Order: sequence, then structure tokens, then C-alpha cells
Amino acid sequence: MSAVAASVQFQSDWWQVLQTDFMRNALLGGSLVAIAAGLLGYFVVVRSNAFAAHALAHIGFPGATGALLVGAPVTLGLAVFCVGGGLLIGLLGRRVADREIATGTVLAFATGLGVLFASLASANASTTTSVLFGNLLAVSDDELVVFALFTLAVAVVLALIGRPLVFASVDPAVAEARGVPVRALGVAFVVLLALTITMAVQVVGTLLLFGLVVTPAAAALRLTARPGRVAAIAVAIALLSVWVGLVLAAMVDLPPSFFVVTVSVLVWVAVLVVVRARGRAPAAAGSGCAHTAEGVPTAGRASVL
Amino acid sequence: MSPTPTPALVLDDVSVVRAGRTVWSQGTLAVPAGAVVGVIGPNGAGKTTLFQVALGLLPVAAGRVEVLGAQPRRGDRRIGYVPQNYTAALGDAIRCRDLVTLGLTGHRFGLRRTSDADRARVDEALRRVGALEYADRRMSQLSGGQQQRVAIAQAIVDDAELLLLDEPLANLDLRNQQEIVTLLGELRRERSVTIMVVAHDLNPLLPVLTDAVYLLDGHPHHDPIGEVVQEDLLTHLYGTTVRVVRTAQGDLFTRATGPDPA
Repeated sequence: MSAVAASVQFQSDWWQVLQTDFMRNALLGGSLVAIAAGLLGYFVVVRSNAFAAHALAHIGFPGATGALLVGAPVTLGLAVFCVGGGLLIGLLGRRVADREIATGTVLAFATGLGVLFASLASANASTTTSVLFGNLLAVSDDELVVFALFTLAVAVVLALIGRPLVFASVDPAVAEARGVPVRALGVAFVVLLALTITMAVQVVGTLLLFGLVVTPAAAALRLTARPGRVAAIAVAIALLSVWVGLVLAAMVDLPPSFFVVTVSVLVWVAVLVVVRARGRAPAAAGSGCAHTAEGVPTAGRASVL
Repeated sequence: MSPTPTPALVLDDVSVVRAGRTVWSQGTLAVPAGAVVGVIGPNGAGKTTLFQVALGLLPVAAGRVEVLGAQPRRGDRRIGYVPQNYTAALGDAIRCRDLVTLGLTGHRFGLRRTSDADRARVDEALRRVGALEYADRRMSQLSGGQQQRVAIAQAIVDDAELLLLDEPLANLDLRNQQEIVTLLGELRRERSVTIMVVAHDLNPLLPVLTDAVYLLDGHPHHDPIGEVVQEDLLTHLYGTTVRVVRTAQGDLFTRATGPDPA
């Protein structure tokens, strides 16, 4: 007990810690990841791709340790494996949820490969740990540039394909009949997801990635079903998680991954509780339907679809 | 120019093969414009396949197909389509209004706001099917009948000339079935749209059907509805004894009277 107490200690100099270069990089890098993850979250949830997102992160693990083995940048290894794995999953089918067994098998193999590469590279335990659990405090200037480019790519491509991608995600059968290139959009999406996961792995690690890519969007979807608003709220929750997580980590001098994910999960739980409480309140005027209360007023007219 | 309007769907000796198996063959028929057509046949006879051919999603193995006077092509905006089990697949991640909007603008790439004109068309489609009052709710918050109305609104929002509805009455109670059927009759009169409806049960649709396409012995056939509702034909079609009852109002009822399963 005293050992635990000794390791969790309030750092009175946390404000100075926040001013340091590595903290600045962590804030900037974390924010970029939060933006990309929040933008894609709606699609991950709607396309039932949460498991694939998780799998992609694990596919990145051998990429990262393999990069250590050959002496390449970890980001490059992650990007090559995530995008490659993403393309593979994207080409396998538009609804990856239907392929849980295949995805799970690939996931297991990838993790095994990652462990092999790690031991071949005789990487020390802390390197492996930082891939598995993320190490936001180790984001370098070069990686920051890569993060900025990735996030920009995600935002620009999403602006261009957003509307047909929503159509193809919620309503693939009709979208296909209406001439939307459902399959190509699925591949494009999974590549964007792979880029985002490449970044997110370095922030929260392969094992905690869910908390940044899926949880904020899941919370946002409880509040509204309008894709544009879901993206905006998910970005806000993800940013809040990264910022508050970093400050808390600085205050007690512990790795930020735990705090980032914890904030995101707490927001999700809070949203669930609030929406459920509202759902029990007398329903708004409407016809005899079991769940009439939409979580958020829908007065705004402009569709952000 | 031909003196009569272009038929909505023409098949000329068409065969369809899927995964090496001939689904149906020697299909020769012409569905007149403005008809309300019941597409009937036993499970696996290729009713949905016929829609996929019309939508240009499935190339034919042989023969010639014409939809609204042109070759079938994916993305033909004159066709409105509601797939089978459609509404069940839609989760709680989309509002009714946004789903209908996608029917109008969902194929457009680029960052563009929905125009006022488009919004007005969405409102009009929702109003037409009687779904305006729950337009801002999520699809998952609606009853089956309400969901089907929204699905039809999405199919008509772009002023379709041909509606392809795959099992729109499945999983609906009697009242909702009748309301959807009434809606189809109104749409046909107001918009002179041709409607093709896949249905397992012909009865609820009989008041509005003008024609039927039936898949019998591996071939599609087309006839006016009066000639299809015959005991021997329906019995052959469904493989179980079917009786036709005519009431004083002229309504037609078909009833399976196969051997008692007990």
C-alpha cells in the first residue's frame, strides 16, 4: 500500500512540466490524433468496424517492432502495416463485422509476429510497452510533422467523400443502386482509419486505442444522430480526453495513456446516464412510439450531412 | 415515336445466371408504364434478382433488358428502390430526414451544404408518405410501418418514375399493411409512377394491383392481375392448393387450403 502511495504523488511542479518541449509535442500530437479519431469515429461505429479498428491497431504492433528490428522509424513501420492490413480488410468485404473470425485470426497472428520481432530486435521491455500502451510523451518533432500531414489528409479526404460515405455506411444496398461506389469508399475509409490508428497507437497504444477512436463517437451518437454533429462532438470529447489526460499525468507523473482513456470513458458513462435519465422523463409530443425523446433539440435547420 | 408510352420494363428472352446457376431464363415480357405490379413466386425463384437486373446491379447472361426505355445502369436516378429487410438493417445512427436526404444528395461528392430546394423536396416526400411528424427522430425509434414510410419517401424523393419495392409489407401488422397499400395506390395516381412490389402474400395488395409478374417453373411471366388470380395458376405457383374467393364488392381473396399440417 505504501509502495502504491509512493508512486502516485502529486507533483507541485506540474505547471512547469506542461511547459516543456516534450509536453508541447504531446499536446500538439495528441490533439492532432484526437481530431482525426473524432472525425472517423462515426463511421467506425456505424459501419460496425470497431473490431476492425482494434485489429488494425494490433496489426500495427509487428509493424512497430519490425521497424525496430530493421532500424526504421516506428511510425513508418506502423503506417505500412496498418495501411496494408487496412487494404486487406477493405478488399475482403465492406462489412468487416461479418468477418470477425478472419479478423480475429489475423489479429492473433499479428500479435504473435509482433512479439517475435520484439525479441529478435532484442527491444527492451519499455519499447514494447510503449507500443502496447502508447507513449505520448515521446512524440518527436518529426513525428509531429507526420501527424499533421495524416490528420490533414483525413480531414480533406473526408470532406470530399463524407456524404457518399455516410450513404454507403448506413444504407449500402440503396447507395449501391444509386450509383455510389460503395466498395471503393470502403477501401478509402479503411485507409484513412489505418492512418489514424498509426497515430493513435503512439498516443494511447494498441491496447487502449478503443478509448480514443470508438468511445468518443459512441458517446456523441447517444446525443445526436446527425453525422456532422457526431463528428464535431466526438472531436471535442477526444480533445478533452487528451488535454485533461495530459494535465493529470503531469500532476502525478504517470504515463498519460491511462488518464486519456479514463477521461473518454467517464464522458461516455456520463452521457449514457444523462440520456437514460432524460429518456425516462415525460416524452416529447409525438405519436405512440416507445422512445420518443431525442437526446438533443433538433431546432437547427442546416444539415451538416 | 411509338403511340403508346414506353413500357417501364421490357425483357426480351432474358436469362440470369448467378454463381453458375441459372436463376431464371427465357424471360420475355413488357410491364406497361403506370402499372402496379405484384412480383410473386416461391422462395428462391428470383424475384429480388429481377430487381437487381432492372437496377443494373446484375448483368444478364443472355437477352435484352430495357428499363424506362434505356439499358439498365447502376445509378439510374429515375428508379426508386427499397430493398428487402431494409428498415431492419438501419440502426439508430441516422435520422429519418437525413436518410431521405441521402436519396437525393447521397451520391454527390465534395463539401456542399444541402440546398433549400433539396430540403423542400425532402419535406415534400416526407409529407407525402405521412412521415413529416417523426422526420427528426432516428430510424430505430420508429415502428415498422413508420420505417417503411420513410423508406418509400427516400425512394420517391428524387421523383422516381419506377419504384421497386422488395417485400414492403413484411413484418407489418394488418392495419399498417393496408395503409402502405393505400399509399402505393395514391402514389400511382398522383405521380403516374410505375410500381413493382415483391410480395409473399398477394392478398393485401390486390386492391391496387393492375398486373403481376410471376416466376413459374424457372421463367418470368407477365399478365394482368385478373388473369393471375386463378386457382389452378396460383396452386401451381405456390405448390400448395390455393382457392380464390370473390366477394360481393368484387374483392379477390386467395387462401391456401393445403393439407392440414397437424
